[in-house]
Amino acid sequence: MIPVSHFLIVAAALFCIGLAVALTKKNAIGVLLGLELMLNAVNINLVAFSRHDPELIRGQLFALFVLVVAVCEIAIALAVILRVFDHYKTIDPDRIDSLRG
Amino acid sequence: MELVAFYFFAGLAIVSALFILFTRNLMYAAFGLFLTFLSVAALYVFAMADFLAVSQIMIYVGGVLILLVFGIMLTHQHKTDQSSQANYVKVVNGGMPFRIAVAVVFFLLLIKVINDADFQLDGGYIEQKSTLHQLGIHLMTSHLLPFEIIAILLLAVLLGAGYMAFNRIKNPGS
Repeated sequence: MIPVSHFLIVAAALFCIGLAVALTKKNAIGVLLGLELMLNAVNINLVAFSRHDPELIRGQLFALFVLVVAVCEIAIALAVILRVFDHYKTIDPDRIDSLRG
Repeated sequence: MELVAFYFFAGLAIVSALFILFTRNLMYAAFGLFLTFLSVAALYVFAMADFLAVSQIMIYVGGVLILLVFGIMLTHQHKTDQSSQANYVKVVNGGMPFRIAVAVVFFLLLIKVINDADFQLDGGYIEQKSTLHQLGIHLMTSHLLPFEIIAILLLAVLLGAGYMAFNRIKNPGS
């Protein structure tokens, strides 16, 4: 049986790589990729602790809800990015700096 | 043997995530994300979450990744009409080392917290092969309200995303 701390370290590494991706990408879709990595890392933590909760597997249930909300977030974010791309002809987050457009 | 397989999938997840970080091509980044999602699904199997592993593969690899690839292709830019854009001072990779440093410092902080923590897990250990039965029962009894709310959220997202992305061809570049 694999100790919990191994899962936690892998999840911490994935979360920080996702943070770095979200901070450094010069493209809004790249930022979304980083967000997905971070959500996955959090889910690993929840599932790893849920292994020690055999009757009420609360961690797995919570991870299931996180999965659904992540999918909703991606769908809405892509629709917003498509509209922003129509308007500004770019999706570099540093250059979308005017509210009026 | 189990530990070796765990380290293999954990290493695969981290290496492909680092590939996403360092590649310039967004399409390659999407393929790196594909490998990361598959490795995370394998890690779920090691944590006795079989249903979550299957839904991870179906939802992320089958749904989210396809959506992201479509988004990448629809927002692809041709670098032709550069002269029509306004001039602005371009700082190449401005603040990039600082942003990486933020992530590294946060990682070291998390490692310190994990090493200092002394988890006393008094619950038992999952022995049954599949948690699907319990997941279904809990979703229909103790977690019924969040289940219904998530259904309404999905409906709202379906309508909202469809409405926002629907008539974008009608007035291109308004």
